[in-house]
Parts: sequence; structure tokens; C-alpha cells
Amino acid sequence: MNDRKQSDKARLQLMIIRIVVYAILIFLTFLCLVFFYMLIINSTRSNAQLQAGFSALPQGHFIDNLKNAWTDASINIPRGMLNSFLVASCCAVLTTYFSALTAYGIHIYDFRLKKPAFLFIMAVMMIPPQVSAVGFIQLMYKLKLTNNFLPLIVPSIAAPIVFFYMKQYMESVLPIEIVESARMDGAGEFRIFNQIVLPIMKPAIAVQMIFSFVQSWNNYFIPALLLDKAEMKTVPIMIAQLRSADYSKFDMGKVYMFILLAILPVLVVYLILSRFIIKGVTAGAVKG
Amino acid sequence: MSKNVKNPKSRGVSNAKWGYLFILPFFIAYICCTLIPQVMTFYNSLFMNYRDGLKQIGPKFVGLQNYVALFSQDNSGSVGILKYFGNTIILWLMGAIPQIVVALLLAVFFTSYRLNIKGQQFFKTVIYMPNLIMASAFSMLFFTLFSPVGPVNQVLIASGWVDKAVDFLNIKISVRVLVSLMNFLMWFGNTTILLMAGIQGIDQTLFEAAQIDGANSTQVFFRVTMPLLRPILVYTVITAMIGGLQMFDVPQILTKGKGTPNRASMTLVMYLNNYLTTSKNYGMAGAVSVVLFIISAALSLIVYNSLSSQYRKPKRHRKY
Repeated sequence: MNDRKQSDKARLQLMIIRIVVYAILIFLTFLCLVFFYMLIINSTRSNAQLQAGFSALPQGHFIDNLKNAWTDASINIPRGMLNSFLVASCCAVLTTYFSALTAYGIHIYDFRLKKPAFLFIMAVMMIPPQVSAVGFIQLMYKLKLTNNFLPLIVPSIAAPIVFFYMKQYMESVLPIEIVESARMDGAGEFRIFNQIVLPIMKPAIAVQMIFSFVQSWNNYFIPALLLDKAEMKTVPIMIAQLRSADYSKFDMGKVYMFILLAILPVLVVYLILSRFIIKGVTAGAVKG
Repeated sequence: MSKNVKNPKSRGVSNAKWGYLFILPFFIAYICCTLIPQVMTFYNSLFMNYRDGLKQIGPKFVGLQNYVALFSQDNSGSVGILKYFGNTIILWLMGAIPQIVVALLLAVFFTSYRLNIKGQQFFKTVIYMPNLIMASAFSMLFFTLFSPVGPVNQVLIASGWVDKAVDFLNIKISVRVLVSLMNFLMWFGNTTILLMAGIQGIDQTLFEAAQIDGANSTQVFFRVTMPLLRPILVYTVITAMIGGLQMFDVPQILTKGKGTPNRASMTLVMYLNNYLTTSKNYGMAGAVSVVLFIISAALSLIVYNSLSSQYRKPKRHRKY
């Protein structure tokens, strides 16, 4: 009798805790979504409707706003998206390929500087990139590489964090025997890497490609210091330009549309691949 | 090449060559794009070198004069860099404390068998989403939503809570709250997922043993989960801190680079950016970078030592 009372009490307690936990989760979900919901709603409303007051329901001006934003004279968003896409794609490919190559070099081979090289990469992993920005900008001005995408793409070859992720992944999926048997079959070292190791690394490469694409797509600090020609600007610079313009004279429907266009590609990819991306967050980083 | 070689010893030598070759691109890129610029930055901090209108001043060697200038009082009697460092810390703490507390709570909720939370995939998808959103666009969105004519003010006025529009972007506390709210939203999902993986990595029998010994869930959390989670918590705190020091996009866009009101939301990197954009003052920018470098190095050492002194296991390097 007493036992049952006790378990009833425990069950009630658990139920209350569950309700509280779900309430917290729902509140955080609301907090995460409400601003994006407002963004989407506002992108469907005309400037006059936006000035008139807040509405929680969409209205029918989405296409108008899209047309206005897409053909805006001062902010060439299609060009910006193309530029960002170009830079981000190159970064994604270079970062993943060379990080995997470096990780493979350190994982498989024995050489005298192996340990120092590894420790060096680990040590510089935590240095904020802004710390070398002054010299980098100066160097690019000297080399006449401003308004050029190369300074945004080439540095992505050396990505210590991606390297570390690849190294961790290799340790778990790449036994040395695979490489050795490929050598027995007479494959060259580069061919082994490209045709045997890379396919094994596919999941890690895919995840890191997404992350480096997103990081480059969102990157603002360095590009803003190097790109000032209208046709070279990337999306974040255009967003900043939007902010420095006198916003009260702006068609607000268009402004919301610009913001939506800036985040839409990443949002769509994320919604399709979220399960995969979330798994990828932890795979390499945790052991740090 | 290696297939012709019979002697295993000399095979090792030819392997070494491949090792160097494979890591070469990384090091060339790192040296050219980061290391040389890093040295140039430090070197620059010892020179007077800026643009005054169309006139170029310097470069002229001035020793530590830039650092003296950096740490001397300005017209209003405050030391700029200390103020911006303070701002950065405040903005970071306001976002990071709730971020870590909430993430820890959620990680415990999600991994608890007793609670058995349904719809985990949905919640994880939602809370991680802001992490991938372009910070500058997110900040621009907050600016439009919280501007005097934006929807938030419209709602406040329509509901009669305020008489006239609140200028959120010119009130110290509201600017700081908005910046920290954005940082919190962008990072708590990421931290949750990292900590969850950490908790899942803990041997389940330890929890069972603690329960059999009669520990309640609070005791389990503080006596079992927390100590075992420490290495990952250290990692999370350090990376969050280094990220916080780099805080730039969000306050820059929100306040148009001005750190309104009265530079109360100006961060160190915004200060650095100001020197780089307006006057191309490489000397002062170099000095700010050096300070930033020293702070980030020192902070990561302090936090690493204080949090992990008892639990330090050089896991990462041991593989070697």
C-alpha cells in the first residue's frame, strides 16, 4: 500500500518535471523561430503595409518584393549571391581536400617533423584569425590583390580545425592495412589517397564541406576590408551596405527580402540535411 | 615508387618524403596567409603608419609609442581599449552564461532516460539552426525589427505598453541585451549538441551505480555528470571565449560600426576594424591586434588550467 503511494508520488513528480521541461523546450523553440517567422511574414508585405502596423499573417506581396530586391540598382543581390557562392564553393573544396591530405600525411607516414608539425597545428588552432588581419590586408594591398577573390579562397587551404576533425575521423575509419594492401597492388601514394582514402572519408568531407561553405558564405570581416568594387561584393557586405544606407527612405519590404535572400540558401540546405549536419557537429570536435 | 623498394628501412625513407609532400600545401598556405601576416602585424605595431586625408604619414619607426597611445586617456578621460575590452567581456558574459547553463540543462534533459523527451530531432534541428545563419543578416534583421518604426515598437504601441516608440538601439542596456540575445541564440544549440555527445560518452553503468546507491538526480548531476563532463566543458568554455573575443559582425551591423550609445557596445575587433577602414592606421591596428593576441592566449591558458587542473588528460596528444 505504502509502496504504491510512493510510486504514485514519483510518477506525479516525473509528470510535473516533464511538463516543465517541455515548457522550456517550447519557449526556446519559440525564441529561435519567432524572428525568422517575422522575417518571412514581413517579406510578404508591402512597404505601406509594414508602416501601417504589425501583422502575424502573410500578405500577398512576396513576388513584388522579390522582383524589387532582385533588380535593385544599388544593391546587386544576384551578383552578390553568385560571388558568395563562387567563393564559398572554392573554399569548401580546398578546405576539405587539403585538410584531409594534411591529416593523411600526418596519420599514415613517419617522418622526423611529424610530431612538431602536428603540435604546431594544434597550437595555432585557437588563435583568432583577426589577429593577423592587419598584415594580411597590407600584404594584399602590396600584391594588388584587393577586389580579387583569391585572398578569400587561398587561406582556406590551411584550416587547423578541419584538419583536426579529419585526423580524428581517420583514426576511427582508416586502418593502415587498407593503405598497405593498396601499396601491394602497386598503387601510387597519390592514387591511394585520391581513389581509396577520399571515398572512405566521404561522410567527414561532406560535413566539413557544408560547414566551410556556410562559414565562407557568412564571412564578413576580411571580405569587407578587401572588396569595394560593386561587382565584387559578397552578400554580407551588401547587408552591411543596407545597414549604412538611410533605412527610413528604404522600401522595407525590399529590405526584409534582402535579408531573406542572404540566409535562404543556407537555410534550405540545412532543412534538407539537418540530421546529417547535427551529427557532424560532434564527430570531430568533442575529443578536443 | 615504393613498390620497387625491398628493404623496409629504405621504404620508411621514401615514405617520409610523401609525408612532407602531403603536409606541404597546408604549411605553405599557413605561412603565407597567416604566419607572415602575423609577423607583419606585430612589426607594424612599432611604426607610425596611417593616412590623413590624402596624405600618407609614415611608415616611421616609433618604438612602443603606439602602445602608449593605446593605453593613454582620451578626451573623455577613459582609456579606449580598456573600455572596449570591458564591453567585449560584458557582452560575452551576458550571452555565454545563459548559453552554457541552458545548454547544460538541455543536454541533461535530452539524454535522460527517465524523462524520455519526445521529438528530440525536431528540437535539435530548431535550436541548432541559428548557428548557421549569417550573423550580419541576423543582426540586420534585429535592427529592422527593433528599430523605432519596426514591428516590435508597433506592437508595443498598439498594445498600449508604451506611449511612443522605444529607441532600443540608443539605450545601453537594450543594445547589450539584443547583442547577447543574438549571440545566445546563435550558440546555445551548438553547445547543447556538444555537451550531449559528452554526456552520452559517459559510461552508463556509472549512472546506474549512483542510482542504486540512492543518489537523486541532482546528486547524480553534480557528483557524476559534471566531473566527467569537465574536459568537454573546458573545451566549450575556451572556444566560446575565443569566439567571444572575436565578436564583431553582430554589434558592428546592429550599431552601424559605432557601438551606440556612446561606444557602450564597441568591441575590440570593432575597434580594430575602425583603425583599418577609416584611417588605414596600420600602426595602431597592429598594436590592438597584439593586445588581442595576448589576451586570447592568456585567457585560454587561465581557463584551461583552472578548469582542468585535476582532470587534465592530454588525450589529444597522447595518440602520438
